[in-house]
Amino acid sequence: MKILYFAWLRQKIGTDAEDVALPAGVGDVAGVIDWLRGRGGGYAEALGDDAIVRVAVNQAYAGPDTPVGDDDEVALFPPVTGG
Amino acid sequence: MIRVQADDFDIGAEIRALTAANTGVGGVASFVGLVRDMAGGAGESAMTLEHYPGMTERMLAEIDEEAHRRWPLEASLIVHRHGRLEPGERIVLVVTASAHRRAALESCAFLIDWLKTRAPFWKLEETPEGARWVEARASDDAAASKWRREDATG
Repeated sequence: MKILYFAWLRQKIGTDAEDVALPAGVGDVAGVIDWLRGRGGGYAEALGDDAIVRVAVNQAYAGPDTPVGDDDEVALFPPVTGG
Repeated sequence: MIRVQADDFDIGAEIRALTAANTGVGGVASFVGLVRDMAGGAGESAMTLEHYPGMTERMLAEIDEEAHRRWPLEASLIVHRHGRLEPGERIVLVVTASAHRRAALESCAFLIDWLKTRAPFWKLEETPEGARWVEARASDDAAASKWRREDATG
């Protein structure tokens, strides 16, 4: 799975993208975030507040229950501030 | 029509191009967003707009299509810039053209309200104290959700 990070999530985590192999049992957005948070450090800091983190799966907004697999592109970012 | 670009745009040229050869257009509404000097003139307050290439274009196209579903538009255009911008520079342009003014004005307001809460852009401000990510504002969510309520009740 490809994971992308934007804005201050990217800065806290320290990379803008990574390819990961999902561990067995992780099959939705909430699972991915829990798993990443478990890495600690910048991940735990960036993903500490579920109310702040926005998620897109394959470039469309997604919720905690959205299913994900190894072929998906998942993006994690803070609330958007364009316009 | 939507575009995401680093370069500036010419408002007059964009509106002329959008409405050229379409005599069904009776009214054109536009919104231009500028970089506001957040430091109050106390120093540099340029900003850098980061975005999610691919999803940005997809979301803007979705929002644009939604406006065409809701209002009888002859044409519409969203241009959004990314990269580093100085105070006073143009960030975003929304243009809507319709036979009548109300559709043009309402859809223009809808587009800017919606793109502020849906399009994946993030502003990093340069302040005298250092770089700072702009926080999303609850008032922007409220402005966007107003269109949802009107849609639900109307």
